[in-house]
Amino acid sequence: MTALASTIADKSAQDAGPAVSVKGVSKMYPGGVQALNQMSLDFPKGQLTSLLGPSGCGKTTLLKIIAGLLDATSGEVLVNGKPVTGPGPDRAFVFQDFALMPWASVIRNVAFGLELRGVAKSEREAIAEKYIREVGLGGFELKFPHELSGGMRQRVGLARALAVDADVLLMDEPFSAVDEQTRRKFQEDMLRLVEVEQKTFIFVTHSIEEAVYVSDQIALLLARPSRVAEVIRPEINRNIAPDAIRRDPAYLDTVESIWAALRSYVE
Amino acid sequence: MVEFWTSARTLKYLSFLIVFAAWEFAGRVPVSPAFPTFLETMLALWGMIADGAMAKALPETLVPLVIGMAISGVLGVAIGVSMGLSRLAEWFGGPIFIVAQSAPLAALVPLLVLAYGIGLTSKVIVVCIMAMPVIVLNSANAVRHTPQSLKEMGQAFQGTRWQIIKQIILPAASPVIFSGLRLGASAGFIGAILAELYITPTGIGDLITYNQSIADYAAMYAAIFTIIVLAVAFLDILEKAEFILFRPDKRVVK
Repeated sequence: MTALASTIADKSAQDAGPAVSVKGVSKMYPGGVQALNQMSLDFPKGQLTSLLGPSGCGKTTLLKIIAGLLDATSGEVLVNGKPVTGPGPDRAFVFQDFALMPWASVIRNVAFGLELRGVAKSEREAIAEKYIREVGLGGFELKFPHELSGGMRQRVGLARALAVDADVLLMDEPFSAVDEQTRRKFQEDMLRLVEVEQKTFIFVTHSIEEAVYVSDQIALLLARPSRVAEVIRPEINRNIAPDAIRRDPAYLDTVESIWAALRSYVE
Repeated sequence: MVEFWTSARTLKYLSFLIVFAAWEFAGRVPVSPAFPTFLETMLALWGMIADGAMAKALPETLVPLVIGMAISGVLGVAIGVSMGLSRLAEWFGGPIFIVAQSAPLAALVPLLVLAYGIGLTSKVIVVCIMAMPVIVLNSANAVRHTPQSLKEMGQAFQGTRWQIIKQIILPAASPVIFSGLRLGASAGFIGAILAELYITPTGIGDLITYNQSIADYAAMYAAIFTIIVLAVAFLDILEKAEFILFRPDKRVVK
C-alpha cells in the first residue's frame, strides 16, 4: 500500500516535466546524409504528440532514436528525466509494417514483450488476453497473423505494445498500411485509448487530418535541413461525438492552417 | 467428393501412379533392353527382400549415410547460422563451402581414399562433402534475410542477443534452413551411393554394380528404386518435423 502510494506520488511529481525530452539531437547517416539537425522538442506526459511532415523530414529517424533503436550522432533524449542509451521498459514501439511473428498465434505475439522479460506463461497470457479484448480482438487469440486483415494485425501490434505497460508508446505511421475505413475507426479508438491508458503517445504520420484528429500537440517537421517548423496545439473539444469532431470548425481550421504552412515548402 | 480428388494426398498418389504407369509403358515398348518394366522391377525387389539381400545391404548403406547426414545437419546449420550472424564467420567460411559445393567429387575420391582408407571414414566424408555446402549456404542466407523490422521489434522489447536469435531469427529462417536440409539430404543420399560405387562396393551400391555386371537389370533398378523411396520418405519426415517444431501456422493451413 505504501509502495503504491509512493508511486502515485512519484507520478504526480513527474507530471510537472515532459515525459520525453529531445535536446539538440542530430543524426548523420554514414555517407554524410543528415537526417536530423539540432532538433529539440518536448513531449508532455499523458498526451498524444504527432510528428507530422513530408517524407524525408526525419520523423521516423527521430522516433527510432527516442526508442533507442538508433543512436543519435549528437544531443540527447531524456525519458522521465533519464537519458536514453538503448531500448528500455519505459517505451514500447508500434511498427509501420506490424512486425508480427507469422509463426506465432495472436496471443503469443501480444505476450511476446513479456515473454522476453521472462514473465511466466500463465501470467503473461492473462495480461495479453486483457489487451486483446481492449483492442477489440477478443476471440482471435489462437489465430495466426496471416488469418487476420491488415487492420486486425495492427491491433495485435498495438496490444503487444500496451501489454508491456510502458509509459511512452511510440507509433511509427501505424495506420498507413490499412485501408481508409479501418484507419478512421483506429483514429477514433486512439482518442479513447489516450484517455483510458494515461500514457504518453508519440505518433508519426504524414496525414494532416489524422494528426489534427488524434493529437493534443503536433510538431510540424520540415526537411532539408530537417527541423521543427512549428508546434501546434489544436484546440478541439473532444467530448463531442467522433463524427462531429470531423465537422468541427476548430478541426477544419487547424487542418487548413497546417496545409497553408506546409504548402509553401512542398512547392 | 471433389475434396477427395483435389486433396494433397490424392494428388500425390495420383502423381506416383502416373510415373509408375509411364515407367511400365516405357519398359514394355521397350526403350532399351537394359530398361525393365515397373512390374519386373517390383518383382525383383520382392525377391531381394525375400532372400535377405536387401536386409543385409540396407544397413551397410545407411550407417555412413546416417552418420554423414547427422554431422552435416548439426554442424552445417551451426556453421551456416553463425555465418549469417557474423560477417567475420561469413568471410572465413563462405569460400570453403562455395568451393566444396562445386568440387568434382569423383576427382576427390582417390585423395580421400589415400588419406582415410577405404573404410567408413571416407564414405562419411563423401556424404558430408555432398550434403554440407548446400545446408551451410542456405542457413547463412536464411539468417541474413531475417526481416529487419522483426529484429528491431526484438530489440525494442529488450530481447537479449540470444533471445532474438532463438525466438526471432531461427524461426524466421527455419523455412529456408529446412529447404537447405532437404536439398542436403537428397545430395547426401547421392553421396552415400557414390561412395559405394567409387570407394568399395557395399550395400545398395554393391547391389547396383553386381546386378549390372550380371545384366540383371530388374534387380539393379530395384536397388536404385529402394534408395529413392528411402530418400523420399526421409524428406517427408523432415518436412513434418519442421512444421511441428517451428511453424505451427503452416500446420494449421494444412
